[in-house]
Amino acid sequence: MTPIKTYNIPFLILSLVLIFCFFVNISLGSVYIPINDVFNSLLGSETSQDSWNYIITNYRLPKAVTAILVGSGLGISGLLMQTLFRNPLAGPFVLGISSGASLGVATIILGSGLFGSAFAACLMSKWSIVIAASLGSFLVLFAVLITSLKVRDTMAILIIGLMFASITASVVSVLSYFGSAEQLQQYIFWGFGSLGNLSWHELLIFSIIYSFGLLISIGSVKSLNTLLLGENYAKSLGLNIKRSRLAIIISTSLLAGTITAFAGPIAFIGLAIPHLTRQIFNTSNHKILLPAVFLFGSIIMLVCDSISQVPNSDLTLPINAITALIGAPVIIWLLVRKRKMIF
Amino acid sequence: MENNEQHIILKTKNLSIGYVSKKAQTVIASGINIELHQGELVGLVGANGIGKSTLLRTLTKVQNPIKGQVFINNKPLEKQSALDLAKILSLVLTEKLISKNLSVFELVALGRQPYTNWVGNLTSEDIFIVNQALEQTHIEDIKHKKCFELSDGQLQKVMIARALSQDTNLIILDEPTTHLDMYHKAYILKLLKKLAKETGKTILFSSHEIDLAIQLCDSMIVMTKGHVEIDQPCNLIQSGAFEKLFPKDLIAFDETTGSFRIKK
Repeated sequence: MTPIKTYNIPFLILSLVLIFCFFVNISLGSVYIPINDVFNSLLGSETSQDSWNYIITNYRLPKAVTAILVGSGLGISGLLMQTLFRNPLAGPFVLGISSGASLGVATIILGSGLFGSAFAACLMSKWSIVIAASLGSFLVLFAVLITSLKVRDTMAILIIGLMFASITASVVSVLSYFGSAEQLQQYIFWGFGSLGNLSWHELLIFSIIYSFGLLISIGSVKSLNTLLLGENYAKSLGLNIKRSRLAIIISTSLLAGTITAFAGPIAFIGLAIPHLTRQIFNTSNHKILLPAVFLFGSIIMLVCDSISQVPNSDLTLPINAITALIGAPVIIWLLVRKRKMIF
Repeated sequence: MENNEQHIILKTKNLSIGYVSKKAQTVIASGINIELHQGELVGLVGANGIGKSTLLRTLTKVQNPIKGQVFINNKPLEKQSALDLAKILSLVLTEKLISKNLSVFELVALGRQPYTNWVGNLTSEDIFIVNQALEQTHIEDIKHKKCFELSDGQLQKVMIARALSQDTNLIILDEPTTHLDMYHKAYILKLLKKLAKETGKTILFSSHEIDLAIQLCDSMIVMTKGHVEIDQPCNLIQSGAFEKLFPKDLIAFDETTGSFRIKK
């Protein structure tokens, strides 16, 4: 009898499901491409039509990879925040990351009228939005971090993050008040989130920053487990609370920050994935939870993306709506069925 | 006596405890000189608000002393890193667990954290020590249960097992018997007595169960306003230390039974 339960079988199943979802995601889209041509393209051999090859390598493949990065990254940062804040309602955005990003983007899009139209034209490029989102989230996060170093209580950081979110939200509404209808529409479209539109070059930068965040989160597994006992016990076990807290916050910011910069503020995934994973794996051990959340987040995001593409039609629904529309009922159903929250 | 000198696990020298704020410092108790020896079970008693928790917090480096020093294993407390301290001092606190979704085994195994590698993998030696702790606290039969399935009494045993698995010379427990029924109060204290005797660990606990503590402890720390005394329970009874614990209008200490009686 092993003292610690092993989870090899669920991990194997989840990995297979992930691979399956990855191929389903790639083979579905507005243009119908036969499945063997999809494989041919992925393996680098000839496809029946050249345009198909182009669609797959330059559009669908980067989108599927983005979906995996976004789903796993948001799920992991949600897990980190829920453990750090001892709060099942915490998600990656409690530190003000998404509100900071929206402030940055709102300033660029809605405030462009203030800078004059010629200047606005060069501001409108994709990179400027990415940079604005990163800058915005970095600024708000930095403010939260500075204040968090001054307070001892972890719960206070949660409140401070929420307060910064309301400050930025009100600045954004002031900006929207002065914005034109066209600008408002553009801002709202950014808020829908989008997994597509990323070139391989952008994806490279995305994944480098993502990897840093992921590595720090893996390095935090032990301190996360210790934190399950509460901060006083963790301290008595020799854990440097301030340093581990900082590492966890930095990891979350890197993950959720880049995701928001490149794919927009994707709601819900970060909050829901850790709960779904806990329902299935029924453990609080982060050594199990972290890889499980990684797999599960990727799967859910790929599924949501496949649905938002509305196969064989030109329609693309906002990914942000799909994630909540699919995810929320699942969570409710799971909680009602299990009748208790595992945390 | 000389033999005892070598086995002093915890010692305080002219310790003053209290709180420091920007404007003033509040001294709760001063001139505290206590010594705890190896293998002793020591009870800390005192009225509510007298500073038991403050004393324990100071002894465990959660807060700094106002004056004086605390020595653990003859080394000043302030010179020990958190990780070093975790290997000589373990705690059982009154605060609630954050996650009760851990299994009993997992929770007790968390006591091995100061010894495990960066990802917290348990070696066979770690597992042996964890199992030993489960055995010593008689909770092997529930080791696969989740913590939310346990009763308060069982949970307290689990927390004690966790402290045992940390493998420290000194275990400090903050009111380990609150919320427990009379049987389990006696059970936990008796368990502590047994552990101190069998493992040679020094166990210090604060409690309001004065009568039980008198019967079980090797020595007791009695905190009254402005005065902290440590001695064997029988000596403390003789010197009348327990009578000074509380205001005299309601209850009185009965020396023959070693317990408090309501005044008629």
